Amino acid sequence: MRYLPNSDSDRREMLAALGLQSEEDLIASIPAELRLKQPLALEPGKSEFEIIEYFKRLASRNANGYASFLGAGAYYHYRPVVVDAVVSRGEFLTSYTPYQAEISQGTLTSIFEFQTMICQLTGMEVANASMYDGSTAVTEAAMMAVRITQRDKILIARTVHPEYRAVLLTCTQHQGIPVAEVAYGKNGQLDFDDLKKHLNQEIAGVIIQTPNFFGLLERVKEIAPIVSAAGALLIVVFTEAVSLGLLEPPREADIVAGELQSFAISPSYGGPYVGIIATREKYIRQMPGRLVGETVDVNGNRAFCLTLAAREQHIRREKATSNICTNQALLALMATVFMALYGKNGLRQLAEQNLAKAHYLASKLPLVFEGPFFNEFVVHTNGKPPEVINAHLLKKNIIGGLPLERFYPELKNAMLLCATEMSKREDMDTVAAVFHCRCQQSATGGA
Amino acid sequence: MIQKVSPHIVQNEPLLFERSTPGKCGCELPPLDVPPVDAQQVLGKENVRDEIEDFPEISELEVLRHFTRLSSWNYGIDLGLYPLGSCTMKYNPRVNEVVARLEGLAWAHPYQPEELSQGAMEVIAMLEQALAEITGMDAVTLQPAAGAHGEFTGILMIRALLESRGGPRKKILVPDSAHGTNPATAAMIGYTVENIRSNERGMVDLEALAKAANEDVAALMITNPNTLGIFEENIQKICAILHDCGGLVYMDGANMNALAGIVRPGDFGIDVMHLNLHKTFSTPHGGGGPGAGAVAVAKSLTPFLPAPRLKREGDRWVWNYDLPQSVGRVRAFYGNFGVLVRALAYVLAHGNGIRQATLDALLNANYVRAALEPYYDIAYPSPTMHECVFSDDRQAKKGVRTGDIAKRLIDYGFHPYTVSFPLIVRGALMIEPTETESKRELDLFIDAMISIAKEVEENPELVKKAPYSTRTRRVDEVTAARRPIVRWRRNENRTPQQAQDVKEASSSQVTA
Amino acid sequence: MSYPTSYRYTKEHEWVHVDGDYGTIGITDYAQHELGDIVFVDLPQPGKQITKGQSFGSVESVKAVSDIFAPVSGSVIEINELLKQRPEKLNDDPHGEGWLVKVKLSHPDEVTSLLSSAEYEEYIGAEKTAKA
Repeated sequence: MRYLPNSDSDRREMLAALGLQSEEDLIASIPAELRLKQPLALEPGKSEFEIIEYFKRLASRNANGYASFLGAGAYYHYRPVVVDAVVSRGEFLTSYTPYQAEISQGTLTSIFEFQTMICQLTGMEVANASMYDGSTAVTEAAMMAVRITQRDKILIARTVHPEYRAVLLTCTQHQGIPVAEVAYGKNGQLDFDDLKKHLNQEIAGVIIQTPNFFGLLERVKEIAPIVSAAGALLIVVFTEAVSLGLLEPPREADIVAGELQSFAISPSYGGPYVGIIATREKYIRQMPGRLVGETVDVNGNRAFCLTLAAREQHIRREKATSNICTNQALLALMATVFMALYGKNGLRQLAEQNLAKAHYLASKLPLVFEGPFFNEFVVHTNGKPPEVINAHLLKKNIIGGLPLERFYPELKNAMLLCATEMSKREDMDTVAAVFHCRCQQSATGGA
Repeated sequence: MIQKVSPHIVQNEPLLFERSTPGKCGCELPPLDVPPVDAQQVLGKENVRDEIEDFPEISELEVLRHFTRLSSWNYGIDLGLYPLGSCTMKYNPRVNEVVARLEGLAWAHPYQPEELSQGAMEVIAMLEQALAEITGMDAVTLQPAAGAHGEFTGILMIRALLESRGGPRKKILVPDSAHGTNPATAAMIGYTVENIRSNERGMVDLEALAKAANEDVAALMITNPNTLGIFEENIQKICAILHDCGGLVYMDGANMNALAGIVRPGDFGIDVMHLNLHKTFSTPHGGGGPGAGAVAVAKSLTPFLPAPRLKREGDRWVWNYDLPQSVGRVRAFYGNFGVLVRALAYVLAHGNGIRQATLDALLNANYVRAALEPYYDIAYPSPTMHECVFSDDRQAKKGVRTGDIAKRLIDYGFHPYTVSFPLIVRGALMIEPTETESKRELDLFIDAMISIAKEVEENPELVKKAPYSTRTRRVDEVTAARRPIVRWRRNENRTPQQAQDVKEASSSQVTA
Repeated sequence: MSYPTSYRYTKEHEWVHVDGDYGTIGITDYAQHELGDIVFVDLPQPGKQITKGQSFGSVESVKAVSDIFAPVSGSVIEINELLKQRPEKLNDDPHGEGWLVKVKLSHPDEVTSLLSSAEYEEYIGAEKTAKA
């Protein structure tokens, strides 16, 4: 088998060195009744060619060559080719966690750069080396708020991504941490009255998302003082990282948690993605996950190493800040290369293009909410089931928006659309045309 | 004598921010085909940011050079052996990278219509089935993002099952040889942790276990083979003890590389286990992630698996959310799909021949163990499987510890083995070669370790100050923890305390 | 380093120096040596109650964390702010400048059950032999 580098004569030599007859002697310590008597019920091993054919067949049964207007936590952005050129290098792809600093300076240096750029983007003072994804980053941020304030309740806006809210509930249900939802108002943004109603001295943290799940900007500057007056921490979430190229970052937040998939991570049917957590310097020891720090070697030369490990599972065990072991190093590297390529001005331009494309499309469609939005927005389908609109769009090789009823039953005939720099004008014109055609017919009571 | 490496010129490279010059850009966008909009008008002036302060501005080649130079400061499996115990640093097959990038798979959106996602759903279904077959369990979820996340999911399901039977119970038993994620996970789910000691043969002490197992115990978290590389010969009795008191057994599957095709955890009584796809199943470590933590369960736990689950309807897959007893979601969307593609490619490559890979892993580990036993103290005399653990007792007499030996190994051209774990061994050296190392590479490693053992006898100071030939000499981790600097700042922007700290740290090292 | 005779010691390697109703608490030279380079000290806020035998804080080195156990009960009136910036003081001068907290004793008679400096030195002498 091509991945096994020892020939039969190698094996014989090694067995001889051990004084053994066959490799079967090596499993003598396993009770005989447990040892499998026949091969596993799997097909014989395939050649490289067959493996590629297999996956090509599967890939062909997925959407290929469609224009898509889906967002909702996973975004279509262009991936510069230099990204893959970098991460395909064996020294990055096949390297281990940088516990041995002397031979991991490549990884450590790039993580230090990553941590720095996340701070610059989010307006926070410290950031860690990444989390599994946005949904778990939000959960970890909530746990941080609980540890820091020593309170045990969490508030989360209903306009935070529904699956993120579900993940938070799964995690908090066994830690005695009740989670309550704060409603949104008619404008699709956080309902301030409902927030004030829920806030009290037992709340550890308040979680909001901006742009929120409906694509609308939340008023972080106004929310922050309300939250801090109650002694709680403000956790601000983002799912569309490109927005930070143009939008004022949530500088008033105590903790920022988010998803960086937009930065050169393929949508890849939902994963792997890369989450971030960033916060104020004073909370650094409460952060979960890996942290890279700057230091010197014995000759006084600058070097980087993993630091503050005493927070982590391998040292603190049951008293750790979290059980997390992994960070998403390779994906964080993709994001770092992306951010380096676009740079200060490129990222802003990218965001401006997203804004222009989305506003072009939105100008032709009936919006459900007023209020400022970035590259996503909710449209209503005039009483027609969104699935019908989407079925017509599919015939034109276009994947339409996300019907919202599954997450927001009160938003029955509405869908969430997203346009990015990759959306073409002609496709957007087609979407508008289909909408007008189908929705008008519905309004006049036709088929 | 150092045979594997020679000195070589390696490029220097500053940080991105230090090579940035205003006005440069490494990526350009096509022109807008729609009218531009005035951000301040559309969003409101207060919502538009100023420029991102100190964000880098660099041209395309400079970015590529920057990261290429950085990569040359790293080690990788592509360069040579990583003898890290329990990490299973095996070859990351390149075909996995090719198939993961196929457009239909890489560009699939998690919310795209199911009829246009059948290929992706088939990948998930096929991998679930293959892993169930390999582990001998009844069902598999691929939702968790990593091993520790899988542990979290598994213990969560145990709790849900016990609650359905009357009450979650209070404690989880963890052997003292366990990986740190085990007790950390138990605590996150509201359990207290009780340690079970290992006996003189390095296995779970049955008497201690029997004494501890009562109606307060929800589960035992066990690794098999354990972190010493030793197969728990009493595993069936261990599972029986737990089941008799109404508890369950969770197996940390980090060491699956010793079992695949030879024996199945489902056959010896495990109720739930996780698998690290980035270990046994060859997906790349990438410098620290992404991984994926599959969780396999026995029938009793199937109703509690995270939602949604794939269901066959006619000739199609659909996502089924109608799972009333499910513990819920443990992350957004379906799982680390890109990693799952790679793991499935690996499983397809070996197929039912995976047994040979496992046997080779055992042979390689035992070959190394036998060659090193005359020079290093083996921690426990019991037979070991895919990894072996030594202690640094002999070398400690000369004042040299496992961490020093590890650093000296770097000069010989190898990444160190796992240092100081498991904790029950004094000064542990934990070595796992995996099956993808040739006899040739192993002989070089053995020669290096023997040479270092001799150096310890003749010149311990040499070993204690290693490494010598890396870009940086030994790094000051103490100062990094005392004065954490976790981001770059322009010199003018450093606080006076930070500037002082950096200066002090620098000067204290030079005079040392 | 010598162990001041005016201090009292515990088997968990803490010391307390009693002065009337007040006590200054720290960890011993033996403890700091075992821990290695100390990078962080986690101390309770003034006003907090500590209880004899229970953990009231922790000391971190790069590779390990250790709980600190209270040798006596009382309420914390002052903590050593110097250790925030300079945790290495705990290594350099564990019996002096590296003190941890000052408390107002709630049960002064607890001190009588602690070890004298001679008893403590004998205890660690035995520990060192056992480890060798």
